[in-house]
Parts: sequence; structure tokens; C-alpha cells
Amino acid sequence: MRYSIRQNGESRSFPLGESFLDGAVVDATAEIAVYLGSPVVADAGKTAVLVELHTECLAQHVDEAAPDSRNVLGFARYRNGALPPSNLVELVRFPSSNDGAVEAAKALLETAGMTVVVCADQPGRILDRLLRPKYNAALRFLEEGLATAKDMDTTCKLGLGYPDGPIERVVNGGLRHHYDVTKALFETYGTAAYAPPRQAVAAARRKEQ
Amino acid sequence: MTQKIQTVGVCGAGGTMGAGIAIVAARAGYSVICYDTVEAPLMKTVKQTEAFFQKSVERGKMSTAERDAVLARFDRTTDIGALAKCDLVIEAVFENLEVKRKLIGRLDEICPPHTIFGSNTSTLSITEIASGCSRPERVVGMHFCLPAQLMKLVEMSPGILTSEATFQAAWDWTVGCGQIPVKTQDKPGFILNALLVPFNNDAIRAIEAGVADAAGIDTAIKAGLGYKMGPLELIDLIGLDTQVRLCEAFYPITFDPRAACPPLLRRMVAAGLLGRKSGRGFYSYAGNAMFGA
Repeated sequence: MRYSIRQNGESRSFPLGESFLDGAVVDATAEIAVYLGSPVVADAGKTAVLVELHTECLAQHVDEAAPDSRNVLGFARYRNGALPPSNLVELVRFPSSNDGAVEAAKALLETAGMTVVVCADQPGRILDRLLRPKYNAALRFLEEGLATAKDMDTTCKLGLGYPDGPIERVVNGGLRHHYDVTKALFETYGTAAYAPPRQAVAAARRKEQ
Repeated sequence: MTQKIQTVGVCGAGGTMGAGIAIVAARAGYSVICYDTVEAPLMKTVKQTEAFFQKSVERGKMSTAERDAVLARFDRTTDIGALAKCDLVIEAVFENLEVKRKLIGRLDEICPPHTIFGSNTSTLSITEIASGCSRPERVVGMHFCLPAQLMKLVEMSPGILTSEATFQAAWDWTVGCGQIPVKTQDKPGFILNALLVPFNNDAIRAIEAGVADAAGIDTAIKAGLGYKMGPLELIDLIGLDTQVRLCEAFYPITFDPRAACPPLLRRMVAAGLLGRKSGRGFYSYAGNAMFGA
């Protein structure tokens, strides 16, 4: 299936040089439209319209109740801060989304070598929703002196077989990035587990100065 | 210089964790006394230990003479008084504060003053466990991971009254056994469970919230982070009922909302969906195959 790309600014999912960018056609009749950046224009004539998401929900781009949004889906390739993107794509759908659009989007991304999981349009999707509170807890434990960063990371690697520990992961991804994500999640969920931790707030303030 | 440990006792040696700890100690060359209240599980441990070291011989990791020497130092008993000759006793009994506190108190009456008591608790306070004896300075947390004979990690925690000498002696012993210790404060769940239990609950709540199904969540975690197992697969492995017990141990002492038992988890346990051991949890298991539930 042919796809066109409308890009506005740098894409976190498909940075410059990604072969997915080269595979796009410059043709208004392409069956799938991929938006890497706003503004998004719903087009019921397409098989699917894909919108790259950051910390925001898909509903921020299109009205999920509108009939011409049934083929509009969100997606985000998981990427820990500035580190290279993984091959995991979270494909976001509304309850009212057209199943055919979901299948077409999934097929397109899988053909591009991605592992695709479908999820609902909720803040943080799957990964940030699950991981950010864990990183927050690890940072809090570190502040409280539960253990050293090295021992916490070692525990997770040896005890759970993780390739890296929570502290090294959140630090490698960037505390500033962690701040941006947790701030967005906290604004929506309002629960303490998502509140940006002191270290991330400090990193954000330093950047502002 | 830390004290010399020669004989190690393991309480609850009829259980999986106790048996693993006994193997770790025996493999490192210590005389081991396996204690449990009932003979049958102890015999099972002895058989498992013999099989484990036989495999080691077959894999070329030890000679038959070394195997025989290890097994000759491996003893079992249902008489707690036999632990009187131990320099270190590690308890791996049921995860209940009163049970562990009473056991440490009993060992305190039996063992000589120099004996160190290690607790394999994964959630309880070392300080509270030690409050059952007259030598809290000689009680230390030593949390091994399942299966202890294969997993290197040991979370080691001093209680408020644990002496530095005791902690160091237990630490040195652990390192001498080829394990990798990490030091944590005496706080609920130490490091591993303090991070894992709420994380697993969050994964269950994501299902409840309709974010994705179990397979989607596990795939995202594995593909996105390179984990070997997703959280729902892990809960199926450890048992959904075990996850409930962990929540019940954590929430009343931490009041962390993430540690509270998700309603879906309780309903699944009520329905008999306990994970791999019952054949169905977040996934269905038929033989070795796994299907998304």
C-alpha cells in the first residue's frame, strides 16, 4: 500500500535517514497519509491517516466523534529521550476507529520492520504510562538512600534480567525528557505517581536558565 | 577480620527457596544442616540437591569426588536443636512476621552467641523480625532470588540494630558463595519488590483501563525495552495469588496506591485463574504453549 508523508519539523519516530521516509510517495492519491507534525487534516477518502504523537493524545488532533476521523490513527515509535528509537510502535485507536484502517496501518508499519501494538488513546499510551511511575519511584528511593544507583540497577538486571536498570535508563534518556513526559502525564492523571521528581524538575529548570 | 563461618543452617529447607539456599551453601563448601518441621519435603530437597550436583558432574563443573564430598556435608533434620552447631542460620520459612519472629526467638535460645541469623524475607522488616530475640545485632536480611542456586542476586539489609561486624560477616559469606550482594535499607520490599510489585499492578490497571490487552502490554515492554518477559507473563509465572499476597503485605505498610491490589487481580484469583500453576491467568497454557487470554 502506498503512503505519503507530510512532515512539519523533526520526527522523533522517523528521524532523518530512516528508510521509512524514503519509501513514501509524493502522490496525493496514496492510500495512507502519514503526518509527522501538525496540522492534521482528516481525509475520509484515505484507507488510513496516521498521526505521529508525542506526549499528547490523538484526540488533541482530531475530534474522535467526527465521522471523518474513523480512519485517523495515532502512532509513536518508542524512544527513550534522545537515544535512538526502538522498533516498537504504539498504534493508537479510538473505540470508533475503523478496523480496516487499523489493519492497514499495522501492515504498513510491520512491513517497515516495526513491532506494532494497538492501544487506546490514553495519556502515556502503554510504555510511558507504565514506566514513568517506576522511574519516579526509583529516583525517590535514590533520594531516600534506599540503595545506591548502581545497586538498584544491578538488582533489576540480576533479579529480573533487565538489560539496564531504572536509574541508568532514566538518566540515559535524559532527566529533562523525563520531566516533559511526567509533567504531561501528571497534568492529565493528577496522581502523585506521575508527578515529576525533584531531579527531573531541577534538570528542567537548569535548561531554562 | 570477620568471623569464620563453617556450618550453615537453613530453616524452611523443605521449600523451594530454602532448598536453593542450601545448595548455594553446600556448593561453596560449607557444612549444611537443612531443617524443616516435616520429613517429606526435606527428603525432596535432598533428592533435588543430589540431582543438582549430579548434573554439575555431567556438565563437567565438578568431579564425582567433589560431589560426594558436598553431599557428605549435607544433612537434614526435623529437630531444631540440631542447629545449635551452626555459625549462620538462614530462615526461608513462610512470609509471616509472627512466624519468622518466633523462629528467630527459638533459634536465639538454641544457638551459641556468635551465630548470625539471616532472614530471607522479601517484604518484611528485618528490624521487626529481629525484635523476637535477645541479639538483634546479629540478625541481617539476606533475600535470595528464586531459584537461589541459579540466581546470583542477594539483597542484604541491616536492621536498625544490626552490627557492622554481623553485616560484614554475612556479606563476606555471600560473596564467598559466589553470589552478588547489593545493600539496601530495611524498607518494605527492599529494592526488587518495591519496584516490581507496583509496576506489575500498574500493568494490571492498564488492562482494567482498556489501554491494551495483556499480550499488547507484554509485547510493548519486551520490544520497547528488551525485557525477557512482560509484566503479565511474569505475574502468571509467580502466581496471581502470590501477587495478591505481595499487595497485602505492601499496601498496609506503605499506603502507596500503586501497591494496592487491583480489583481485576482479586477477581481473577477468585475465579481460580492463578497463572501457569492453574493453567490459566492472563494467558492460557496448554502444555508448553501459551495463548493470550
